[in-house]
Amino acid sequence: MVSVKDIQYTYPKATTTMRFPDFDIKAGEHSLLLGESGGGKTTLLHLIGGLLQSQQGKIELDGVNVAALSAVQLDQFRGKKIGLIFQKNHLINTLTVKQNLLAATYFAGNPAAPERAVEILEELGLADKLNSKVTELSVGQAQRVAIARAVMNKPALILADEPTSALDDKNCDKVISLLLKLANHSWATLLVATHDQRLKERFNRQIELKSTQIPHP
Amino acid sequence: MSIFSLVWSYLKAKPLNTALNIFLLSLGISVITLLLVVSRQLEQRVADNTKGIDLVVGAKGSPLQLILCNIFHIDFPTGNINLKEAEKLANHRLVKSAIPLALGDSYMNFRIIGTSQAYAELYQAELLAGDWWKEELDVTLGANVAALTKLQLGGTFESAHGLTNEGHAHEESHYKVVGIMKPTGSVVDNLILTQVKSVWHVHEEGEEKSNMSQPLDLKLIPGYSLQDSTKEITALLLKYKNPIAAIQLPRYINTQTNMQAASPAFETARLFTILGSAKTVLMGLAYLLVFISALSIFIALYNSLKERKYDLAIMRSMGASRFKLWSSVVLEGVSLTFAGTIGGLFLAHIMLFAFIQSIGDKSGLAPFHLYVEEAYLLIGGLLLGLLCSMLPAWQAYRTDIHKVLAGN
Ligand SMILES: Nc1ncnc2c1ncn2[C@@H]1O[C@H](COP(=O)(O)OP(=O)(O)O)[C@@H](O)[C@H]1O
Ligand SMILES: [Mg+2]
Repeated sequence: MVSVKDIQYTYPKATTTMRFPDFDIKAGEHSLLLGESGGGKTTLLHLIGGLLQSQQGKIELDGVNVAALSAVQLDQFRGKKIGLIFQKNHLINTLTVKQNLLAATYFAGNPAAPERAVEILEELGLADKLNSKVTELSVGQAQRVAIARAVMNKPALILADEPTSALDDKNCDKVISLLLKLANHSWATLLVATHDQRLKERFNRQIELKSTQIPHP
Repeated sequence: MSIFSLVWSYLKAKPLNTALNIFLLSLGISVITLLLVVSRQLEQRVADNTKGIDLVVGAKGSPLQLILCNIFHIDFPTGNINLKEAEKLANHRLVKSAIPLALGDSYMNFRIIGTSQAYAELYQAELLAGDWWKEELDVTLGANVAALTKLQLGGTFESAHGLTNEGHAHEESHYKVVGIMKPTGSVVDNLILTQVKSVWHVHEEGEEKSNMSQPLDLKLIPGYSLQDSTKEITALLLKYKNPIAAIQLPRYINTQTNMQAASPAFETARLFTILGSAKTVLMGLAYLLVFISALSIFIALYNSLKERKYDLAIMRSMGASRFKLWSSVVLEGVSLTFAGTIGGLFLAHIMLFAFIQSIGDKSGLAPFHLYVEEAYLLIGGLLLGLLCSMLPAWQAYRTDIHKVLAGN
């Protein structure tokens, strides 16, 4: 479903170019992207999710070459195909839990789906927090809401960047279980980038990221 | 969920900031609106009240006072003029028509004016009930007078000497209400009209002296023969026969008689020049207020964008276009200035209404009359919102989602 080939990326003003290994992920094959800090995990995730655009190579997602999309097409692509989760929850503090979830469908240009919001929150054990302010949630709860938001639009691919690094063991376990469960229920494939060794045993597929830095010509 | 509820959530999250910005702008806009409404209505009322009067002739003194007293009925008379001389003027070849005015008494602060029917015609006054004054001591009430004194048709009252309530009452003579006029929107609404003879009647003790060789049939007071050469009235309202009169008549009156002529057009223009400079100063202050509030809105938006950089990036990551972020910031700025402008317009009319209530509704100002300029103010308010959100919106537009969300 995801196929990365010959990808290179150079940050503006950087003196080296990052070169990423090729790999394929099949649909439903939840994977772990492992690597040192500074190894290029975030960069690769952003390239796949269309937050960055690679200057070379090919990233195919459901047959679409992400690297070749225009800026406007990228916005739409992100909304329809990608769910993003970060180390911090990045919820919108002025909105309630429900509004945060509905914001995801709104910005993606999908019809409002309040039933789906309720359904997902129930699955995450947060049904009673539907109308709470996000500032009233605990860190673990807020991260679960962020997960709920990522699956609102039924994305094909969920990209999670260090989703458990800020959590203790108990919460880490809980969050990753919920993440896997929701990904399965939504027919989404999960790609988690992390240096968190606790996650290794939860994923069958592990991609070891060894990006090579090539000096500029 | 929509862009509106998102913007609303941001505004609601900082209630004090939002309220202060709206209030500040409202204040500026309300001063501008008040100045606009009051000066417009004042000009309109002055124009309405001076229509058909080319010249006011009265005793020597301040010309402005002469106008204020005899047209607007707000100042005190400069003195009296001799009726025989006034009659001579009324028959002058350059005078088309002349209306006599005899002031002196009042009832509950409403002035009683001894005059002729032509005065009511000048303001196109119509009867609501009863009849015009015909007999001595008959009066016809202006609309406001009837409403505020609660005098009824057939009712009688004693006038007070002088133009305010402090004078002693004339207990021996009773005026009788024979008619009530419809509202005209002019000074007549606040006046009690009667015959010139009524005013004399109330003031003169004893018999009329007869010191003229031959009684004079007056043009000014039809059906009255003047026998007493010392009889006086307060003023004459003249209409010119032709344009030459405008040049010759005032000079003739001011130099050849011991009366004074004042032109309403000239005196009111002079008054507006004085008021105009006060208006300019206030306008300047109001625009300064508007500028400060716009600056305050700009700073608030600019600062909040820094706090919201993650929100903006996350919205983009969820599929929002750059333009959507741009519009959300513009909508926020425009919402603030729109609310401020609407609030200001509202405030201005409410303040005017409260002011009119507090002075007892004699001003004839219409507090809820809307002007086209207020629509311009509203459009200006929207543009102001666009202006102060331009730079912050541009920054939202340029949000680098990768940098923000990479978080290192
Ligand atoms: N915006 C940027 N501009 C320049 N260099 C960057 C930028 N973001 C990341 N880098 C560099 O790219 C490399 C990979 O970073 P990153 O993808 O964040 O790694 P990881 O997520 O594995 O920690 C690092 O050397 C980092 O310094
Ligand atoms: Mg990283």
